[in-house]
Amino acid sequence: MKPKVAFFDFASCEGCQLAILNCEDILLDILELVDIVEFREAISEKGSRYDVAFIEGSIHRDEDIQRIQKIREKSTYLVAMGACACNGNVQGRSNFVAPAENFKYVYGEEARNRVQIDNQFWPLWAHTRVRPVSDIVKVDFHLRGCPVVPGEFLHLVKSLLNGTQPEAPAQAVCVECKKNGNECAFDRGETCLGPIIWGGCNSVCVNNGYSCDGCRGTLPFANLEAHRQLLLDSGMTDEQITSRYRLFCSTEQVAKEV
Amino acid sequence: MAQGKTYSIDVKHVTRVEGHGRIIIDTKEGVVENVKLSITEANRFFENFVKGMKPHEVPWIISRICGICCVGHQMASTMAVENAVGIEISPQTRLLRKLLTESQFLQSHVLHVYFLAVPDFVGAPSVLPLAQSHPDVVKRALRLKKLANDYTAVFGGRTLHPMANTLKGWRQLPNLDAIAQLRERLLAAVPDLEETLKIVETLTIPPYERETEYVSLKHPDEYALYDGEIYSSDTKSTLPIDQYLSATNEFTVPHSTTKWSKWNRDSYFAGALARVNNNFDQLRPEAQEAAERLGFKAPSFNPYMNNVAQVIEIIHCAYNSLAMMDEVLDKGLVKEDISYTPTAGRGVGATEVPRGILYHDYTFDDQARCVAGNAIIPTSQNVNNIEQDMKAFVPQMLPKMSQEELTLHMEMLLRAYDPCISCSVHMLDVEYR
Repeated sequence: MKPKVAFFDFASCEGCQLAILNCEDILLDILELVDIVEFREAISEKGSRYDVAFIEGSIHRDEDIQRIQKIREKSTYLVAMGACACNGNVQGRSNFVAPAENFKYVYGEEARNRVQIDNQFWPLWAHTRVRPVSDIVKVDFHLRGCPVVPGEFLHLVKSLLNGTQPEAPAQAVCVECKKNGNECAFDRGETCLGPIIWGGCNSVCVNNGYSCDGCRGTLPFANLEAHRQLLLDSGMTDEQITSRYRLFCSTEQVAKEV
Repeated sequence: MAQGKTYSIDVKHVTRVEGHGRIIIDTKEGVVENVKLSITEANRFFENFVKGMKPHEVPWIISRICGICCVGHQMASTMAVENAVGIEISPQTRLLRKLLTESQFLQSHVLHVYFLAVPDFVGAPSVLPLAQSHPDVVKRALRLKKLANDYTAVFGGRTLHPMANTLKGWRQLPNLDAIAQLRERLLAAVPDLEETLKIVETLTIPPYERETEYVSLKHPDEYALYDGEIYSSDTKSTLPIDQYLSATNEFTVPHSTTKWSKWNRDSYFAGALARVNNNFDQLRPEAQEAAERLGFKAPSFNPYMNNVAQVIEIIHCAYNSLAMMDEVLDKGLVKEDISYTPTAGRGVGATEVPRGILYHDYTFDDQARCVAGNAIIPTSQNVNNIEQDMKAFVPQMLPKMSQEELTLHMEMLLRAYDPCISCSVHMLDVEYR
C-alpha cells in the first residue's frame, strides 16, 4: 500500500505548500508513489491515518493546539515544513506586544472590546502567542526556510520512501556562501546573519545581491555573543541588532533583550 | 416541494481556496434565514509588528502575508515605502516591476483556473484524479505554471518571496540571456494558451447575475496592473491612491477575522472581473478576441465569470509580457545606483494583484524606523460582496437545487472570487446547518 501523506496548514502564508506544488517536473512522479490524503489548498478529500504529516504554519490559539495534537496522534512521522512551523517565522515578532494591543492596533478599539464580550466568536479571535510546532508536539523532521527549499523536501520524501535517514548538514549559511564565491556582505559594508544561521538554502539571498536575514533559524551551536559583537563592531546599535534578529527568529534565544 | 425546503448547510473548511473560511447557510421552509461567510484564519498582526523595521525590511517581511501574492505584496509595499521615504524610481525599475507583476498574474491565474476552479466544472474533487482521467490537461497546467514560476524567478531571483527587487530598484539585475530564453518559451506556449481557451469555452458558467460596484486601478496609457488611480464603475471617476481610505471604508463584523469594505454602495467587487469590466478597451487585442470567443461581454455582472476574466488576463499578460521582454532585450539593462537618504513621512502604495487592488501604507520617523503600517487586502474587500451575492443567489437557487447542488454552487461562487484568506487572515468552509 502506498504511504499516506497529508499536508496541514496553520498560521502561514501557505507559500510552502505552493513551493511543493511548484515541483512541477517531479510532482506527478511523487503522486505515483504516495497517496496524498489531505491537501486543503488543492483537494477536498479527508483522510484518517497518516504515515507522514507535513505541518505548515505556527501555532497560535487553543483550537490550533488541539488540532496539532490530534494530527500528531494520527501520524507516524510529523514534519515541520517551513519557517512558521519550525520557529514561528516573522509573525513571532508580535509576541513582544500584548495580544490585546495587537487587536486594538489592527482592528480598532471597538472591535477589540466587542470580541472580548462576545462568547460565540471568542474562540475565533482568541490569540495567545506565536509558537513553533515543536513547542506543542514532537517534531520528527524540520524543513527550514521561508519558503522551504524544494530540494530538501524531495530529499526527505525519498529518504522516507527508502527507509533511510535524511541528511540535514548542520552548517552555517556562510559555508555555502563561500562555496558560491560571493563577496562577503560584511566586506561590502553591510551586515549579515549568515554566520549563525542553518544552511541548506544555498545562500540564495546573498547570491542575488542581498544578505542573510536568518529565515532558517539559528544553529544550535552558534556563537551568538560573538555575532552580536560583530554587528556592534559594524556600527549597529543593540536596538537595531535585536530588531534584525526579530525579523525571522523572534521565538529563539537570539531575539531576547540584552 | 420547492417552497418548503429546510436546509442547514455548514461547510467548515472550504477547500481549494487559499486560507481558512467557512460558509453557513440556514433555510427554513423555503425561506433563507441566514447566510454567512466566516473567515477563521489565525491572526498574525503584520501591521503592528512591522513597527521598528528599516525601510528596506518592510516590503521583504510584509510580503510574507501571502505566498501566492507575495510579488504583489512586495510591489505595493515597496511603492508605499518609496513614497514615504522620498524615493523616485527609474523607467527601467518600473518596467522590471511590471514584468514581475505580470509573471505573478500568470502564475496565480493558471493555478486558480486549472487547479482550483476546473475540478468543479468537470465534477472532480480535485486536480489529482484529473492526472489519470485528463493527463494532457494536467501536464499542460503544470507546464504553464512552471513557465510562470520560472518567469518570476528570472526577474525576481526566485519564485516565492523574491529578493532581487528592493527600494529604488534591483539589487542584482536579471540576466539578459535568461530573459531571451524565457521569451522563447513564452512564445512556444501559445498553443498551450489556445488549448486553455478551448477548455474554458466548454465550461458551463452558472447564469447568476447581480450588478454591483466594480473597483479597480485605472491608468491613462495601459491596462492597469502595476500602478494607476482608484476607479469606481459607479462614479466613473478616479481617486488618487493616497486617498484609498475613502474607497475602502473598512469595518469589522463579529463572525469574521477579516475586515470588510464598502464604497458607494453596500459592497464592491475587486479582481479580474472588475478590471476587465473597467478597462476592457486597454486589453491587448489578443485578449479582447479571447473575451469574444469565451462569450464575455463587458460589463459582466455574473461573479462566476471571474474565472473567465482571469483567462482573458492570462492571454493579456502573456502577450504583454512578450512585448515588455522585447523592450528589455532591445534596450538592455543598466546597473543603477540604488542608494538613498530616507526622509521621515507617510506613503501609500497600490497595485493590482490577481484578486483585486492591494493597498499598503507606512509611516517612518526621522530615524527611518517604521512607526505605523496598514495593509488592505483584496479578499477582505471582496468578502462583503461575496456574502451579498450569496444572499441574492440562494433564494434563486433554492427552488431548483438539492442541498448538495446548492452547497457546490456556493463553494464555486466563493472559489470564483479566488479568495486568498492567508492575506486577509484565512478563509473558507461552507456550513449548511
